[in-house]
Amino acid sequence: MNQTVGGVTITPELLMFGAIAGAAAICAVGVVAFNNAIRSALCLVINFFLLAVLYFTLNAEMLGITQVVVYTGAIMVLFLFVVMLLNLGGSKLLHEKPDPKKFVGILLGCGLFVILGAQILPQLTKVMPMPLSPELAKFGGPEAIGRTLFSEYVYPFEAVSVLLLIGIVGSILLAKRRL
Amino acid sequence: MADFVQHLHPAWQALIRVLFFVLPSFMLVPGVIWWERRLLGWMQDRLGPNRVGNITFSRTSKLVPSMLRGKKFKLFGLMQPFADFGKLIFKEDITPSAVDKLIYFIAPGIALFPALALGATIPWGPYSWITPVADVNIGILYIMAVSSLGVYGIVLAGYASDNKFSLMGGLRSSAQLVSYELAMGMSLACIVMATGSLKPSAMVAEQSGPLWGLDYPPFNMIQNWNVLTPYGLVAAIIFGICMIAETNRPPFDLPEAENELVAGYHTEYSSVKFAMFFMAEYLSVVVYGIVLSTLFMGGWHLLPIRFDAMATTYKSFGDVWNLLDTLNGSSLLAPVWVIAKACCVASTYIWIRATLPRLRYDQLMALGWKSLLPFATANLIVVSIWIISTKISSPIIGWVAVLLSAGILYGLYKTINKLNLKNRPNLASRTVTMVDEPSQRREAELVDPAPAPT
Amino acid sequence: MNGVPLAAYIALGLFMFTTGVVGVIVRKSPIVIFMCIELMLNSVNLTFLAFARYQMAGFNKTPENIQHSMMAGQMMVIFVMAVAAAEVAVGLGIIMAIFRLRDNVDIDEMNLLRG
Repeated sequence: MNQTVGGVTITPELLMFGAIAGAAAICAVGVVAFNNAIRSALCLVINFFLLAVLYFTLNAEMLGITQVVVYTGAIMVLFLFVVMLLNLGGSKLLHEKPDPKKFVGILLGCGLFVILGAQILPQLTKVMPMPLSPELAKFGGPEAIGRTLFSEYVYPFEAVSVLLLIGIVGSILLAKRRL
Repeated sequence: MADFVQHLHPAWQALIRVLFFVLPSFMLVPGVIWWERRLLGWMQDRLGPNRVGNITFSRTSKLVPSMLRGKKFKLFGLMQPFADFGKLIFKEDITPSAVDKLIYFIAPGIALFPALALGATIPWGPYSWITPVADVNIGILYIMAVSSLGVYGIVLAGYASDNKFSLMGGLRSSAQLVSYELAMGMSLACIVMATGSLKPSAMVAEQSGPLWGLDYPPFNMIQNWNVLTPYGLVAAIIFGICMIAETNRPPFDLPEAENELVAGYHTEYSSVKFAMFFMAEYLSVVVYGIVLSTLFMGGWHLLPIRFDAMATTYKSFGDVWNLLDTLNGSSLLAPVWVIAKACCVASTYIWIRATLPRLRYDQLMALGWKSLLPFATANLIVVSIWIISTKISSPIIGWVAVLLSAGILYGLYKTINKLNLKNRPNLASRTVTMVDEPSQRREAELVDPAPAPT
Repeated sequence: MNGVPLAAYIALGLFMFTTGVVGVIVRKSPIVIFMCIELMLNSVNLTFLAFARYQMAGFNKTPENIQHSMMAGQMMVIFVMAVAAAEVAVGLGIIMAIFRLRDNVDIDEMNLLRG
């Protein structure tokens, strides 16, 4: 029924994950590789959207939809705003010339991936998702997150709200032309 | 039929559910376009388009069967949207040469995607084997997420057009959309707090209970629609205003203002791409109307009357009440009621379009940030007072909530009225003195040019 | 055995993280560097959620321990998202303020603490 390749059974979920993760990886490379900043930003938008889909497969539905609302819907719009406003000055501002020194950087990045991956990944290839009982399967839903956020984690929650307020005031102050 | 669908493969079930939502929405778009032009015309003291599709058979030709000779069939202009689409499809597709080709090409598609995907969690009826498309636990947040994605089509269209006015239109529009999403989220939060669940199907179920949760005679014959509660009325008004801003409809249509930005972000788009933007806007109007009617006006019930409670109080007309009950919350007519309510909401949008002038950009942003958002937040406090009064302690505290929400409505009314310039105090009048009095104006003399050197 | 092994999620997270690191080192435009920082934060989010879902055997796993560690993963991601949002707002404000003063957008040129 399900074929086995190298000790891992090929299931439809694995193929779905492979497709989504492959597209997310290509978009991540696209963020770094494109010279045009708008294309980088659009690749990042697609990457965030695919990550939200992956969060849904991990039973974290509230966080997946929050990722779409916050990251894709607000933060990336902010990025696109800034890129487009800066583009008003001239379209040569944000294009970079290819440079042979970047090759060393890419090589070092590959080295980092190989070093970290070799330590972590071989121990985790056999770990499969834990089967969840129906009430435990709701741990990513809004009710469970709300309960935990407002009971155990209420101090970090209030601190983060103060942080966001400081962020709002600070960014308005930074962006004003005359104080 | 329900058993047949439930035993299909999940992929086929998903396809049927999607088609059940998308096909009626697509069918409604030409209807809304026609209705807008007719209703707008009637409100402006003229007839809208009523000629397209009228057939008058010839009186004398032998090719026409005799009973049809000379007969006229009026279609009341219903073919007008199809004629519009036909014209747009056959227009020449002009692409400016310096645009960013990939983004220029996909921007109309990106604009159409949220309009189609928005209503996926909205139930069209009480049968869960076919609707909604996905009954996830986070239904309301899905609506917020998809409306956040609606910004991208406009921003990318404005950027890719290589036109400074389009870019400005796109940036202005995205700022407007992001600002009004906040107040929209706050008003949705009120409804979520009152209902206790994020699923729209749970909201419709909650709205079919007795009015304000009171289960005794005069109140248990009216359904608990969210517009009939004090906090829900404020939330519905705020959500309605935000919805008009989210779909870029007049009076919030500065990004596509004709006399300021040519056509804003879709200036450089012609024929089919413009048709896609056009369709995306009207589809958003329809789907947002469905969302508003589901969350605030009881979803797929027609009237806010609970006929089963009426059947227990007025027992003599038992059969009439049963018949009305099945008509009200029945299985087959429920999508029809949803579409009827969406048309009522669309008619209100058209009415607002005909009545109010366009908001200037600073007025628009001031309305979104300085009045809608604080009032929506104050409404959250009203909801919590209401919940305390109905569920925890005595209903007398509910009157505090009613008074507070009346105060909020009054405040909203005053801030919206401030946009009206009639009440401004007269500024000191200034006179401008011309340097030349009229008597001193000189006649211009025509001077022959100097003769050419010979 | 159904499903996706944990190594797949962690490999994707690791790949995104190293891509972000390479981007921060290699790119010259501050905005793209910012985007690579966001990429790194998102890869960390994915790793947290993967570990929260795949409760690995070997630690003392009573039922409320499992519940607690699952929720801890979600909470971390919420706070990372909130802090990232605040950081983006302030950082883009700084970038806009700098770009108003200078024409070039090379991050190697911005090496003085004064304007």
